[in-house]
Amino acid sequence: MKRLILAIAPVVLVLAALGARAELTIEITQGMDNPSAIAVVPFAWQGPGTAPEDIAWVVDSDLARSGQFAPVSRSDMLGRPSTQKDIFYRDWRAIESEYLLIGRVSAQGTQMRIEYELYDVLRQKQVHAGTETGPANEARMLAHRVSDAIYKKLTGIRGAFATRLLYVSVTRVPGGKDYFRLTLADSDGARPIVLLESREPVMAPGWSPDGTQISYVSFESGRPAIYRQNLSTGAREQLTNFKGLNGAPAWSPDGNTMAMVLSKDGSPDIYLMNLATKKLTRVTRHYAIDTEPTWMPDGRSLLFTSDRGGRPQIYRYDLRTATTERVTFEGGYNARARIAQDGRNMVLVHQQNGRFHIALLDLVTNRLQVLTSTELDESPSIAPNGSMVLYATKHAGRGILAAVSVDGGVKFRLPSRDGDVREPAWSPYMSR
Amino acid sequence: MKHLPVAGKAIILLFTASLLAACSGSSKKEEEAAAAAAAAAAASAQSEQQATASAAAAEQQRLRDAAAAYGNVFYFDYDSYNLKPEAVEALDAHISSMQGNESTVRLEGHTDERGTREYNMALGERRANAVRDYMVVNGVPSYRIESVSYGEERPIAYGSGESNWSQNRRVELK
Repeated sequence: MKRLILAIAPVVLVLAALGARAELTIEITQGMDNPSAIAVVPFAWQGPGTAPEDIAWVVDSDLARSGQFAPVSRSDMLGRPSTQKDIFYRDWRAIESEYLLIGRVSAQGTQMRIEYELYDVLRQKQVHAGTETGPANEARMLAHRVSDAIYKKLTGIRGAFATRLLYVSVTRVPGGKDYFRLTLADSDGARPIVLLESREPVMAPGWSPDGTQISYVSFESGRPAIYRQNLSTGAREQLTNFKGLNGAPAWSPDGNTMAMVLSKDGSPDIYLMNLATKKLTRVTRHYAIDTEPTWMPDGRSLLFTSDRGGRPQIYRYDLRTATTERVTFEGGYNARARIAQDGRNMVLVHQQNGRFHIALLDLVTNRLQVLTSTELDESPSIAPNGSMVLYATKHAGRGILAAVSVDGGVKFRLPSRDGDVREPAWSPYMSR
Repeated sequence: MKHLPVAGKAIILLFTASLLAACSGSSKKEEEAAAAAAAAAAASAQSEQQATASAAAAEQQRLRDAAAAYGNVFYFDYDSYNLKPEAVEALDAHISSMQGNESTVRLEGHTDERGTREYNMALGERRANAVRDYMVVNGVPSYRIESVSYGEERPIAYGSGESNWSQNRRVELK
């Protein structure tokens, strides 16, 4: 029995990159039945020395990960054109490539310029041409923007490759205190940056709607507290330090309000904090567990998990009418909802035969579709374009991130090379 | 608390003895006799106090040992925050060891990995609060208890399956 001394845990705020090594790798486990074949030819480097980044390879990997494209292997390519005049369509017809992407990369000082052209092989015509310019040290992000443009042109859907991920990774120390790290990485897991390292738990990372700030829960003071942190300045602010739970922060779509879970008044309830005045408003008032708030895209209502009916189910609270309605009815455990920007596709954790899966509930048709088949799936996070759901699961005894398309057709894993990875949070679209 | 009245008694004895000495003051012998009596009384009170204090300390130690023998981890069933009979028995021993002193405890609630992390944070808090409420009902003031939930974030056993999960559904008293 020790005195109530709150030891300050060693917390390190790190803003340096972990080096070039990607912490997460991609393994595509299931693609679409008829993905479009596309040849992404290595882009010609027009700067001094060797190219600092293989732009075409980043694009190739992005398109492959979407599951909707089957990039042609470089070893199968019969030529390496980088301008329109060098294209021989028969070379690409011969290897049954439907599309052809070529490009050129040049550098001026610290700036990089990517010019690229997309061709329809059968129709033998250019379908898109574009350029991306920006800092050379952001070469991978420029490449992801090329991917976004190609994806938009060929699917009609805005790409979400030039986005970022937050996740928590844990290095186990059996019999001791684990290491918890909050990491920021590109949407493909590359360029990981450790934002926070602590021997106490770090949880519930989330994004401000403009992608410039993040929120999370840290136990570094010996109890949970909600923090927000500016990604460009590194400045952080502790928002709460109440007795009991301080959890599940969720930014409102206008960025002015943080929904959160506090149990300072007895049982866990949903509260709203005005981020300018820090004034709290209590939303739910129930002796049951109310937790995991998330905002509908219009900001007019909140979804949350409650066991007020006996088992955890999703409810919706309308902020204007102050009324609560139950949303999920199928199954005995539905929790931690996240909603796509369309306000229609809701992803959640759904228990079936004792196993926890990620499911999609269409709020218009009320049809529930189980998307995953592994058994400890949790923390779904939906891409800003609504196409993919990133979630945490266990594979070979390790916590890993995995992704599934909202139609269930495409699946891939992002295993970590060391440690357990969990609680992914997909960023909103990033402004340039 | 037992040693306080003994100390009080000794002070009263000393005070009475010196009062007697000051008032009677006529004979040197009487003064010496009074001083000797006072010293003897003080010495006897002190040894009595020491004996009682060491007996109290021994009793405290015995209660602490008894509580320690039960361990400081109480286990729960899946998705439950009901105290099991063995937890109640162990808690009774811990409550006894907290009586007669002002020690404080920290109750850390934990869950297994099944279910969502935030729901498990709430469940871990319910478990810690179930232990807290039992202690409060049985005489431990709530200001001496702090409860914190760690949900599923700090497992004892890292693997899956009931043999691991059952070790992780717990409240630790620290």
